[in-house]
Amino acid sequence: MLGYEKLKQLADTALTHSKADQTEIVLQTVDSSLSRFANNTIHQNVFESNATARVRVILGKRTGVAASNDLSAEGIARTVKMARAIAQAQTESPANAPLPESAPAPRVDAFVQRTADCSPETRAHLISRLCKQAASQKLIAAGAFRTDAYEIAVANSLGAFQFHQGTVADLHTVVMNEAGTASGYASASSPDVRAVDGDAVTRTAIDKALRSQNPIALAPGEYTVILEPAAVAMMLQYLAWHTFNALAVQEERSFVRGKRGELLFSPLVNLYDDGAALDGFPSPFDHEGVPRQRVAMIENGVARDVVYDTFTARRDNVQSTGHSLPAPNVQGPLARNLFLAAGDKALAEMIGSVQRGILITRFWYTRVVAPLNVMMTGLTRDGTFLIENGQLSLPVKNLRFTTSYIEALKNIGAVGRDTQLVRDEWFGMNFRAPAVMVERFNFTGVT
Amino acid sequence: MKDLSARILNMAQMRGASYCDVRVVNRITQMLAVKNGRVQELTQSESQGYGVRVIADGAWGFAASSRDDFADVDATVNRALQIARASALTKSRNVNLGAPEVNKGTYRSAYKMDPFMISMSDKINLLLKADEAMRGVKKNGAHLVTTAELVFVREDKSFASSEGALIQQENIESGCELQVFATDEAGDVQSRTYPWGRHQQTRGFEFVLEQQLVENAPRIAEEAIMLLTADVCPAYDATTVILSGNQVALQVHESCGHPIELDRVLKQEASFAGTSFLTLDKLNNLQYGSELVNITADATIPGGLGTFGYDDEGVPAQRAEIVRDGRFVGYMTNRELAAELNLGRSNGTMRAENWNRTPLIRMTNINLLPGTWKLDELIADTDDGIYFDTNRSWSIDDKRLNFQFGTELAWEIKGGRKTRLLKNPIYTGVTPNFWRSCDAICDESEWVVWGTPRCGKGQPPQTIRTGHGASPARFRNVKVFSKS
Repeated sequence: MLGYEKLKQLADTALTHSKADQTEIVLQTVDSSLSRFANNTIHQNVFESNATARVRVILGKRTGVAASNDLSAEGIARTVKMARAIAQAQTESPANAPLPESAPAPRVDAFVQRTADCSPETRAHLISRLCKQAASQKLIAAGAFRTDAYEIAVANSLGAFQFHQGTVADLHTVVMNEAGTASGYASASSPDVRAVDGDAVTRTAIDKALRSQNPIALAPGEYTVILEPAAVAMMLQYLAWHTFNALAVQEERSFVRGKRGELLFSPLVNLYDDGAALDGFPSPFDHEGVPRQRVAMIENGVARDVVYDTFTARRDNVQSTGHSLPAPNVQGPLARNLFLAAGDKALAEMIGSVQRGILITRFWYTRVVAPLNVMMTGLTRDGTFLIENGQLSLPVKNLRFTTSYIEALKNIGAVGRDTQLVRDEWFGMNFRAPAVMVERFNFTGVT
Repeated sequence: MKDLSARILNMAQMRGASYCDVRVVNRITQMLAVKNGRVQELTQSESQGYGVRVIADGAWGFAASSRDDFADVDATVNRALQIARASALTKSRNVNLGAPEVNKGTYRSAYKMDPFMISMSDKINLLLKADEAMRGVKKNGAHLVTTAELVFVREDKSFASSEGALIQQENIESGCELQVFATDEAGDVQSRTYPWGRHQQTRGFEFVLEQQLVENAPRIAEEAIMLLTADVCPAYDATTVILSGNQVALQVHESCGHPIELDRVLKQEASFAGTSFLTLDKLNNLQYGSELVNITADATIPGGLGTFGYDDEGVPAQRAEIVRDGRFVGYMTNRELAAELNLGRSNGTMRAENWNRTPLIRMTNINLLPGTWKLDELIADTDDGIYFDTNRSWSIDDKRLNFQFGTELAWEIKGGRKTRLLKNPIYTGVTPNFWRSCDAICDESEWVVWGTPRCGKGQPPQTIRTGHGASPARFRNVKVFSKS
């Protein structure tokens, strides 16, 4: 961690070195610790300290980007020079310029010192307690406990300088029997490590594992399902990629293209992205330094807005909503702080309303079958239970689904009142979501 | 480099490490992308740093840093030791690495044209031409989105251990991809890629030239447009399928490569990637596939994306038998697990994404060895079936048994001939049943070492580059359907 002053100094150095028409520098640092466990012991335990600079220069209508984790004065100068050399090799394109002008982003306090200071011994003690509780039930636990501190600063030659720092604490576990035929999953995430309740995670995972013994096979077909927050989060992830971003709309592969303002989904659905929300992992500006706007994607089932970066915003003659990935890129903008608004049903109430259905803890290996209606395939994992007559009954062997997430949003019949923060470590996306009840969810196979 | 490693090894041992290794890595990645006729991405990134892996109090610790000043190195070594001692709080036994690996050597990828010596302009022009060739086809009312990408990697890596290993490796990678999305007024979206998503090898720019991107670009654009009006793939409870070579590569990756990772088998990946149906009792006892099926894990194939000189534990690259005449006979191993299970020497598959990640058991080149058929003879020998070409969607359960794969296109085969183009094809099955139904594999003339550059595993996440030698193959009694 380098701090505001050092990052400002590095940014100023880069901007001073650059003789380009316009220059942008994105500085990111991370101190990341992760203790990983399996078979009731820690088997991988790692720490990483890294800091990177990504420089974008614009020469007329040419753009070049270079990145390095050498943040010495010489390293910064070399990166600027490399970006310039790359820009000079570019072909001219009117879409390449200029950089966005942006107002200062709001300061959002997302840094918790005790998370940044969390020691390997602290993580080991929590994991040891978790594993002992699993072992006491003749179960074995696997999982990971991560504590990170990070900074990001974005500066450009138009005078912008944005700075944000935050922390991440994330614990998740899969507890299973020795044969691996019954398992339960639970997780907790927060900027504050103290808010990660290891005992609650342990209890939930053990309970699911114990209840998962001797599962029955259900025939494929359409079922009413209750998706717990981890499963909902995976659904939202693909909707962010394929539906609610401007590039997907402009490339005519988004379901909401030409349909905004229409009632496309269940009236119970309210979906938005909010980088400043304190009950998520705040991220107040994007990789172009543009403050993230709160973007309502679905309001009471009506399709509303999509997220923009500068490139896609110019195409539509609108302002960027502050959802750029490192620019320029071929992926387009991305909503990374998604919230599915809470409803009014307790989980037990939702279960109680289902005559025959399936409770799903989480999905696994979901992939796009068709992008337009977000037709997906994947499997259930680590806690799948039959619901009969309003009560959880037998565990169920994992099922393969092939279903449209667009249809699933249409078929939501109830939304839970309690939400959970879920973090995706592969793509840096965060979700706060409740459990939801979805009717006519299509399963196509059994494991 | 040598001085830094020696300093770290000394510090770690003086402070109580019973074992230590150091990897110092400098990795340069160049990405170029043209989209819809304009250069969309032109980036060169450099990442350098070192990772210190220690055993102290009988347990593992790993710390990595991008800064190599004295104070930082000191802190990083201390951090690795502190972490190891914290790991020991939960240990059930001491880590045992088996016999020492004291290899000294150098390795360099076999390339002819250093891709970093080819000018940016030449690379951009190649992409612009390929993109233009995709966009230049007759569109028949379709809307096209085209992308052409190149990627080049240079990795300089040193490895030193407290056992005395000292290894220097220089790896070069070149990769390329063309992609076209075609959409129509009805909202159908069809895609084609070439060579198959991003194809990549540990070779130089000659690899890119051999792919003939410009020459193949119009074909995939025309096929994407044709798919918009093609018939939907019919459904069959059991039919004959022929998989293209690149689809066989994907099939091998998902249903053989991952389940033979011994860490998965021993539940070490249970919280994320999952476990494996190839449990220890299956070794030498399971008929994994038909007698035609022979699979190797081979890190020695020239040019393969999983080819190297030494793995990230300093073990020399090897060729290991995985499936022999259909019988499952081997895992991918590392030093610790090979010693624990008395499997002999590690077969050298420990690989880390970069300096900042601890190595894991990862695929090298997992290959289905060639058979005897020519593809046209195989199609001619098939009365009724479906030819699946180029993966589009892939999903498999956490034990690697139940899979469902969709391809970009398929051809109906009737009376030994390809008769009509089919869209949205999907096939599904259960791994050993599927491989046991394999009754024909094409020969060396169709055999390509396909690169899969984005294989994910581990926490924190690691993306590794793997290879798969494969040729087209035929499978019987496969369930086929369509997304529609």
